[in-house]
Amino acid sequence: MSAKDAIIAVHGARGQDDIVVTTMSPARDWMTLAQQPLDLVLVPSAMGHATSIGLGLALAQPERCVIVCNGDGSMLMNLGSLVSIAAARATNLVVLVFDNGVYEVTGAQPIPSPGAIDFVAIARGSGFASVFEFSNIDAWRGDIERVLKAQGPVLALLHVEPMLGIPGPRSPGPAAERARRFSASLKK
Amino acid sequence: MFSGDQIATLLEELGVTHVVTVPDSTIGPWQEAIDRRGHTRVVRVCREGEAWQVAAGLHLGGKTPLVLIQCTGLFESGDALRNALHDWKLPIFSIIGYRSYLNQDTLPGDTCLVFTEPVLDAWRIDYKLITLPSQFGVIAEHYATCRASARPGAIVIGEGKA
Repeated sequence: MSAKDAIIAVHGARGQDDIVVTTMSPARDWMTLAQQPLDLVLVPSAMGHATSIGLGLALAQPERCVIVCNGDGSMLMNLGSLVSIAAARATNLVVLVFDNGVYEVTGAQPIPSPGAIDFVAIARGSGFASVFEFSNIDAWRGDIERVLKAQGPVLALLHVEPMLGIPGPRSPGPAAERARRFSASLKK
Repeated sequence: MFSGDQIATLLEELGVTHVVTVPDSTIGPWQEAIDRRGHTRVVRVCREGEAWQVAAGLHLGGKTPLVLIQCTGLFESGDALRNALHDWKLPIFSIIGYRSYLNQDTLPGDTCLVFTEPVLDAWRIDYKLITLPSQFGVIAEHYATCRASARPGAIVIGEGKA
């Protein structure tokens, strides 16, 4: 499945009150689409911490669905966060792992053990309430609303093709100013 | 040096909504009192880098978090705090246990004593060091100062003696 098509499906399915956190390649693709005040493009980021930011947002805003669009390399850098998310009972948090087997933004070097890591089993074993896996865009489009409404915390593994030779995401503006705007939007 | 009840009461008085933490043998026992008091939620994470970023999300979401970790976890979590405090400029406050500071016999030659304060300086964190129970009031004072100026800060508590 194309990563761009997969994220376009997320863009179309997210609710107007949902928070969407994107990082690395998913952030690059997300920024090509129409932006909304409740988008948090996590560029610059700390290594692998989109899920942790998402957990904090989910706990702070329990009435909203928080969708984190993460890469497989980023997920590996912070696997323990899946346990922290389940332990915190973040039932409004949805983690989407875009699995392409490479660190795409640094030039597509392979992640450790590409293709052999069972993120679905890891999420289930960490205590996630709902876990999904998709390799086909039609199946993803057809089920995305069910995924976003499933009992959380939710993890969906999306097998996508790497996009080679495309630069990584660039910050869409000063982070501190974006943080202020984002927080203000959450208060409306 | 301080009891869990003292800390739990203080956190409530300061308006702290969430404590994001990885325990050590000094700060870990505070969790029970914080949970029991019920005002401040304890968020347990697996590693200290997570703590800064969970706190970042809580802050962005309108809450008032505090990071509670040991100095060893401070060393581990540099990239996460750099991003939260300096890229996104979030004024997250922390309490950091200073391993071996008060009893260097437990871990002779503990390099925490060499690196803790230089690392805090390197990360440009405005901190106050507490080594005596009589300094309890410094926590609230420094917290208020940092909150008023919307900048991050830390309290570093010497560990190693009751």
